[in-house]
Amino acid sequence: MENWLNAFALLSNFVIVPALAYGSQLALGALGVTLVFGILRFSNFAHGDTMAFGTMVVILFTWWFQSMGINLGPLPTALLALPFGILFCALFALLSDRLVYRFYRAKRADPVIYLIASVGVMFVTNGIVRFIIGPDDQNFADGERFIIRARDFKEMTGLAEGVSIKLSQGITFFTMIIVVIALFWFLNKTRSGKSMRAYSDNEDLALLSGINPDRVVAITWIIAAALATIAGTLYGLDKSFKPFTYFQLLLPIFAAAIVGGLGNPLGAIAGGFVIAFSEITVTYAYKRFIGHLVPEDWEINGLIQLLSTDYKFAVSFIILLLVLLIRPHGIFKGTGV
Amino acid sequence: MSYLSAKGMTGGYGSVDILHDCTISVEKGEIAVIVGPNGAGKSTAMKAVFGMLAIHTGKVTLDGEDITALTPQARVAKGMAFVPQTNNIFPSMSVEQNLEMGAFLRRDDINGTMEQVYELFPILRQKRLQNAGELSGGQRQQVAVGRALMTKPKLLMLDEPTAGVSPIVMDELFDLIIDIARTGLSILMVEQNARQALNIADKGYVLVQGENRFTDTGQALMNDPEVRRSFLGG
Amino acid sequence: MRGALRNLTYFLIMAALIVLVGQMQSWNLALSILNLCIISAIMALGVNIQWGYAGLFNVGVMGFAALGGVAAMLISMPPVVEAWSAGGTGVALGSLTLIVTIAAAVFTFRSLAQGKLRMLALIIVIAVGYSVTRSIFDPATDAIERVNPAATGYLGGLGLPVLLSWPIGGLFAGGAAWIVGKITLGLRTDYLAIATLGISEIIVAGLKNEDWLTRGVKNVVAIPRPVPYEINLQRSEWFINWCAKLGVEPVTFSSIFVKLCYASLFTVVLLIVLYLSEKALRSPWGRMMRAIRDNEVSASAMGKNVKARHLQVFILGSMVIGVAGAMLTTLDGQLTPASYQPLRFTFLIWVMVIVGGSGNNWGAVLGGFVIWYFWIQAEPLGIWLMEQITTNMDAGSALRAHLIDSAQHMRLMTMGLILLLALRFSPRGLIPERTGHG
Repeated sequence: MENWLNAFALLSNFVIVPALAYGSQLALGALGVTLVFGILRFSNFAHGDTMAFGTMVVILFTWWFQSMGINLGPLPTALLALPFGILFCALFALLSDRLVYRFYRAKRADPVIYLIASVGVMFVTNGIVRFIIGPDDQNFADGERFIIRARDFKEMTGLAEGVSIKLSQGITFFTMIIVVIALFWFLNKTRSGKSMRAYSDNEDLALLSGINPDRVVAITWIIAAALATIAGTLYGLDKSFKPFTYFQLLLPIFAAAIVGGLGNPLGAIAGGFVIAFSEITVTYAYKRFIGHLVPEDWEINGLIQLLSTDYKFAVSFIILLLVLLIRPHGIFKGTGV
Repeated sequence: MSYLSAKGMTGGYGSVDILHDCTISVEKGEIAVIVGPNGAGKSTAMKAVFGMLAIHTGKVTLDGEDITALTPQARVAKGMAFVPQTNNIFPSMSVEQNLEMGAFLRRDDINGTMEQVYELFPILRQKRLQNAGELSGGQRQQVAVGRALMTKPKLLMLDEPTAGVSPIVMDELFDLIIDIARTGLSILMVEQNARQALNIADKGYVLVQGENRFTDTGQALMNDPEVRRSFLGG
Repeated sequence: MRGALRNLTYFLIMAALIVLVGQMQSWNLALSILNLCIISAIMALGVNIQWGYAGLFNVGVMGFAALGGVAAMLISMPPVVEAWSAGGTGVALGSLTLIVTIAAAVFTFRSLAQGKLRMLALIIVIAVGYSVTRSIFDPATDAIERVNPAATGYLGGLGLPVLLSWPIGGLFAGGAAWIVGKITLGLRTDYLAIATLGISEIIVAGLKNEDWLTRGVKNVVAIPRPVPYEINLQRSEWFINWCAKLGVEPVTFSSIFVKLCYASLFTVVLLIVLYLSEKALRSPWGRMMRAIRDNEVSASAMGKNVKARHLQVFILGSMVIGVAGAMLTTLDGQLTPASYQPLRFTFLIWVMVIVGGSGNNWGAVLGGFVIWYFWIQAEPLGIWLMEQITTNMDAGSALRAHLIDSAQHMRLMTMGLILLLALRFSPRGLIPERTGHG
């Protein structure tokens, strides 16, 4: 029995807890991608760099607050800076829409043209972020580090394996739940939210019903920017902030959105967790886990790791390909294909 | 002057004119039907009246007011409603939300209007929490018409409302259209099923190649031997 | 006719710009810019075949170029005999089981009816095959990596002439394109884009981590050249005599001479690819491609198999990129997996195609030249600009240091701006596609 508990504790510590946090971050990122896809009908390649931009503003404000001695006690100061990050990121997104995408919308351009334009926006955003904060790792987490330390857990339960939960992981999961509830409330209960869904469902009919497309588009950008900033900040608190990493997050985020069904918000959340759990379970080394479950005199060769962590992107990619092969619309039906 | 009057409409897509000096008018509380062979420009005429197609000659007035230059959205605000032939519902939203979206521009209480729609289409009340995309073809058409009615329009425009539904449903829909007209709305519709449509029409327009060929009351057109021979199949 | 004159002017201006670098900076620099311009032009041609002919959005250029680079290394490096004896059999056996596993999986998939049974059987086949493969592979690759890790620690190559690797690089890239294309073509453009982005990340991750094959981030250096070495030239009598006759200094001239050799090899490839691309574009095949691009629905209604055609064109374009990738590694003389950056290898090429003129081969070539030239020159330009801006600031000011430090990031922004401006104000590019009969 205790062996099983130990094995489970080990798995929680290295797989379940991190995957819940990572899944929350991917889900928030994928929600942004899927909303932009549903309303503006293109895959926004600049989303990863939008995340980096929002997070950068949060970091700058965090540093400023820290220098003034303002903090939230045990919670990271970044939470206080988050609204400012969202504000600037939303302004940036609206500006890029005004300067770039609006032109193509008026022309009713082909989706692939938007895609290329978003690559241009990605370049520029990337350049701005590197220009302002540099290409290197930035650490901006402060406050308490842990909710539960492995040592305390061991003392509490008497198990050999400890479970530690980082504060950033707890905050990530908690924030994700609040944001998702707020978003779904907005989409299903408010006039603006419903007009967004209507626009996404049937653009022409939405126009015939008198829905103002410019307003819908503007709201979409603001929400996407907010989601990007929150996702980016949580990821940065949990791991670290590096502009290039955020660009690389595009792949798992898009995989999550496509797996869930592009354009479907519920699917984006499910997709985020599918990708995160697959990535972490496949790249986790099970040597110690199995060690708890088999008789003690058995010797285990190797790490029992399915795939080295260097190939974590391969996991998103393979899941993506499998879904495209088997269910091109995604787990939940999206507007895709 | 007629409630809706579209006089001498000439225009089309790009440089090619599809409509040539086409005239359509509808009186208050009347049902007007546009019929004609395939490619006669029936739907195009409808779109021109609603401002979804630019005309370079001609004039459209509603209740005496010139609306030729208005966008479709502005025409909705003036009391026109349009039900497209296809893609005329919000499939992933519930029936009730479809109706709400129809009333998007209204700031007053819409519950009364929604009640009227449910009285016209009792089945929709039953299915009001179901996604519109999951309904049958005939029920979807009811949602589409219901959505259009939510703006409390004075003129309802229907583009082939019976396309793709079974004959029984078709009869039901025609009955419903008569019911709607009785409430005082003017109706302008394009129909492929010319015979049934002219039956319920106060006024009929036979279009051929974007021009008015015959214009008369529905009954008179039904009795006209030439119309019968060429357009109603004998 | 006016178009032809305009295009000629563009190319003449481009030539003048390169000559200018030769005069102002150095001929060595001018020639290295020229060589990379040519390689960029070939990559741009590859992307143009996919995008311009067929409207396929490939965001994995980096991966295909990297496969070409691997080919250059694998073909030309001498085999490491010790490593082969340490793990050669294991790797061969492992590859065999991998192939057997894939074959078995495909067989299972085809011979069973859709359902839970097939899923289960498939999972079992893959799980067993994967663990057997890994259990053979892992010890073998470990053994290989232990063989003199500082100098080798990998299998090495075939020791064949490096020129052979250029077509082989094309085949590698074409093979990868076949797999990706088979799955994602026929779906939305976005899916192809994401999938190509993914495969390129994985290919580069493989390059960085499969040390037994590529030495990973330890790099493979001293890849044999197809042209003479400077040091040998400086020692050979004919060269020294020649230098004396021309009145030039042998050390500098030897390096210029080597670059000129590369330039002529590259030019030959560029001309071949350009000739074939033009020929294909004007053939019935090319016309059909463009017909499909412009109206997929009506083309498939006419009985054209759109997906198969797209697969063809996707593979062809990727092959061209693979060839260019092999050429690049040959020029560098080393395989450095960490140097494969998506911004440099994927998105920059896209800027070239869009700026040059999508659908026009000459446009793609011009775009390759122009954008590479500015990519190289933007950095000194940016630094110079920043120095001008900050000239009145305090020399020790942190802001000044930051601005000068950050000048290198200016070029990302500049490239993004160029892409956006070209897409908006000159969507057909410098040399637009010829429409109608041409």
